[in-house]
Amino acid sequence: MPQPIRLKDHEKDARLIRRRAMVGGAVIVALIMVLISRLYYLQVVQYEYHSTLSENNRVHVQPIPPNRGLIYDRNGVLIADNRPSFSLTLTRERAGDWEHVLDVIVDVLGLTPDDRELFEKRVRQGRRPFEPVPVLFELNEEQIARLAINQFQLPGVDVSAQLVRHYPQGEHFAHSVGYVGRINETELKKLDPVQYSGTHHIGKTGIERYYEDQLHGEVGYEEVETNARGRVLRVLNHTDPKPGEDIVLTLDIKLQAAAEKALGGRRGAIVAIQPKTGEVLAMVSQPSFDPNPFVTGISFKAYAELRDSIDRPLFNRVLRGLYPPGSTIKPMMAIAGLDAGVVTPNSRVFDPGFYQLPNNTHKYRNWNRYGDGWVDMDTALMRSNDTYFYDLAHKLGIDRMHDYMTKFGLGQRVSLDMFEETAGLMPSRDWKRSRYRQAWYPGETLILGIGQGYMQTTPLQLAQAVSLVASKGKWIRPHLAKTVGDVPPVDENPVEDIVLRDPKYWDYARHGMEEVVNGARGTARKIGAASVYRIAGKSGTAQVVAIKQGEKYDRSKVRERHRDHALFVGFAPASDPEIAVAVMVENGESGSGVAAPVMKEVMDAWLLDENGQLKAEYAPQVAAPAVEAQTKNE
Amino acid sequence: MSNGFDRTLSDEDVLRRRASLLQRMHLDGILLLLLLILATGSLFILYSASGKNIDLLMKQASSFGIGLVAMVIIAQIEPRFMARWVPLAYVGGVALLFVVDVMGHNAMGATRWINIPGVIRFQPSEFMKIIMPATMAWYLSKRSLPPSLKHIFVCLMLIGVPVVLILVQPDLGTSLLVVTSGAFVMFMAGLQWRWILGAAAALVPVAVAMWFFVLHQYQKQRVLTFLNPESDPLGSGWNIIQSKAAIGSGGVLGKGWLMGTQSHLDFLPESHTDFIIAVLAEEFGLVGVCLLLLVYLLLICRGLVITVQAQTLFGKLMAGAWTMTFFVYVFVNIGMVSGLLPVVGVPLPFISYGGTSLITLLSGFGVLMSIHTHRKWIAQV
Repeated sequence: MPQPIRLKDHEKDARLIRRRAMVGGAVIVALIMVLISRLYYLQVVQYEYHSTLSENNRVHVQPIPPNRGLIYDRNGVLIADNRPSFSLTLTRERAGDWEHVLDVIVDVLGLTPDDRELFEKRVRQGRRPFEPVPVLFELNEEQIARLAINQFQLPGVDVSAQLVRHYPQGEHFAHSVGYVGRINETELKKLDPVQYSGTHHIGKTGIERYYEDQLHGEVGYEEVETNARGRVLRVLNHTDPKPGEDIVLTLDIKLQAAAEKALGGRRGAIVAIQPKTGEVLAMVSQPSFDPNPFVTGISFKAYAELRDSIDRPLFNRVLRGLYPPGSTIKPMMAIAGLDAGVVTPNSRVFDPGFYQLPNNTHKYRNWNRYGDGWVDMDTALMRSNDTYFYDLAHKLGIDRMHDYMTKFGLGQRVSLDMFEETAGLMPSRDWKRSRYRQAWYPGETLILGIGQGYMQTTPLQLAQAVSLVASKGKWIRPHLAKTVGDVPPVDENPVEDIVLRDPKYWDYARHGMEEVVNGARGTARKIGAASVYRIAGKSGTAQVVAIKQGEKYDRSKVRERHRDHALFVGFAPASDPEIAVAVMVENGESGSGVAAPVMKEVMDAWLLDENGQLKAEYAPQVAAPAVEAQTKNE
Repeated sequence: MSNGFDRTLSDEDVLRRRASLLQRMHLDGILLLLLLILATGSLFILYSASGKNIDLLMKQASSFGIGLVAMVIIAQIEPRFMARWVPLAYVGGVALLFVVDVMGHNAMGATRWINIPGVIRFQPSEFMKIIMPATMAWYLSKRSLPPSLKHIFVCLMLIGVPVVLILVQPDLGTSLLVVTSGAFVMFMAGLQWRWILGAAAALVPVAVAMWFFVLHQYQKQRVLTFLNPESDPLGSGWNIIQSKAAIGSGGVLGKGWLMGTQSHLDFLPESHTDFIIAVLAEEFGLVGVCLLLLVYLLLICRGLVITVQAQTLFGKLMAGAWTMTFFVYVFVNIGMVSGLLPVVGVPLPFISYGGTSLITLLSGFGVLMSIHTHRKWIAQV
């Protein structure tokens, strides 16, 4: 570029930039005037308003926590309510040296250093400035009086009435309804800080956790004028909170009580489902615990006792207990075999007391060492014949077996609204390859056929599987909430119904299950004999420790905690099922001997009236077979 | 022109003799004086705003020291030399932003930091605030002014890349400021008014699109809260309600140093960072804020004078853009705290607590000093 033009450009650029700088400067001055006028408006024109807000009287926005929704059983009996409770609150900003104030509180009420540590933790969790943090709950009259006397040395300390969750039924619903507890720091980060600004508790487990959003409601708030010491002078503005939705459960408090009584203090689990609706009528996991201490903060010692107890009361056996299903899956296996066409209702297998794979010496034993001779499907179910099902499993193969058992919900999360349900395990070739980097062996298929091996199921899954047999494949996810705020829960992820090639296959398997209870050689004929209605069922035994080849299970040699778990699943009345039940008795050893009577007690409680007769609404269709069954067994 | 030139020369000559030490150190006396006033004032306000936290104060003071050293060092560098290294700084800055997006340190839900534990922890996006105008000035100073359409397009690309990287973090406030600093260079370079007005008109659909596709939930919340703070008094509206109350209750003369009730009783959130002006307004009143604005205005005036007097095009563009960007910081911060603008997380220059921002600002003023003190008196003839 020629030099002269460049010089000329430079001159022009300088002028341009000077012009732009002046424009910029003018805009800047104008904008600064805007800022000053804004500040003038706030500080001079609105001074009175803001200074009232700020100086002598301060306006606080106080959240009003919504009342948590109540929980009822299916008959309207309260399971979780909110009770007024006096608690001690501390406002850090008004307390000055709040750690010292805590010392004084502990001193005045005669508490322990453990309590003080807990208090300190709670105070530190306070969020909003000038927010009173509750540190001690359920004050009694004497404590309130002591605090009142010592008020002068307790700045920032108040006794306030709050609604606190209470579970009048105590330990009966600890595993289904769960409990609320204080919001911890991890939860705090995930919560909507606005909605929870007045709330100190949140659902920790069970229904309380699963339906937390619906139970919680919407926060309200009030703008209050307070004096310089934080005392409320008047309410300026008030927005009501919207209380949480009430929940009506499908659980029946009487059936629940009957089921717990039937289990009679033994460790175990019971699930009762209404097959037509998927409603869970009873859900027992024993031993249980009282959820009430968890609401206000359980002491370290009490918690450690629960946690470390060998009986594991905190462990939810229904949802998280994993057990090999044992023979209880035989009805489902039979249905799979029929539908896949590998067996017919009349095809027979000879049982010499064991089963051998071709070209293999390993003997897969029947529980009855002497063998049952020729067995067809009906007999195999009735006698719980292992050999028949080894053969069926071998013919079915692992792939088809996995598909069918998955359809029955085994190894799947089946519930609609239960918190922290475990999926369990239905093994497959792919699973074994990724888990053990090994191929699938045929022998593993055989023992799966009798519900042993890698398979792991929860009592809930077993209940659902048997309920599916009862409802002939109609899939409704088992659920605990009948209505949430008068609306039934919606299944966002429904499971496809099980459709068999021929619906009669259901009847063959169900007949086998009826024979288990009512047949002359049925394994659980004892409970059938005493029943006024017809039960279909299947026993099972879940091994806790493996029995070596050629060795016999000898109860005297096995420590009590290593004894087999007793399982029983069933439904009744057999022709038109109203209730399906799964029972697991830990270390109970005998499915038919121990678990079956428990199941019958549960069914009786649901189906019989106070005179021991079948309730009218269940009676018509089943009256005749029930009588027949009785005469047959006499 | 030649008359004016003579007069300027003799004036400068006198000044040079009088303040020869400052001149030899390549420092600008007026800027230095104003900066020191701001720094001293800031420590007083911070002492009050942080609840008499001496540790915080020491950190801020040492950041200020580091910033001053950076400023002095930068002032020694000739603008021509600076311009040569600008492209490299730009590439480096963009690379750092990229690193942050990929593996940055996460704080408060956003990834803005590079953290080498025990060594250093900083926000690369902060440095982009100064690299951006420098890059634009470097690019446009080599073209004829006003820039042609093609050059405008290149400029927009140069701005776009780092801005998108900062938006991803996500940090809306900083990315808007980086856009602004780049845009000011174009403005100083004589971007035609029709383009400026056209861009302003186009901003409306862009803003609508941003709302639906770019903004994160918390950013939308901020805007909504700004439009109606009372709608959410327990959540994000709290900040604005409280800061307005703090400012308003200060009145004309304020409640006095350390006497602000709003800030001291923890009503005011982030009182020592973004909302510090509320503490100043509460304790020193309208008078205090006006004094602060006066100091800012003087700094800006000096910056504009340096712009006009700069000899190279790079110097002019850089100095002008930096000065105006500096004003935008002030305006956005005070506007947001007083409820004129939505809350976008912009610190108040020199007053808010925060090391990276302080060092960036002082470096920027180092550039101004360098531009002003490296003028050559013979070359212009």
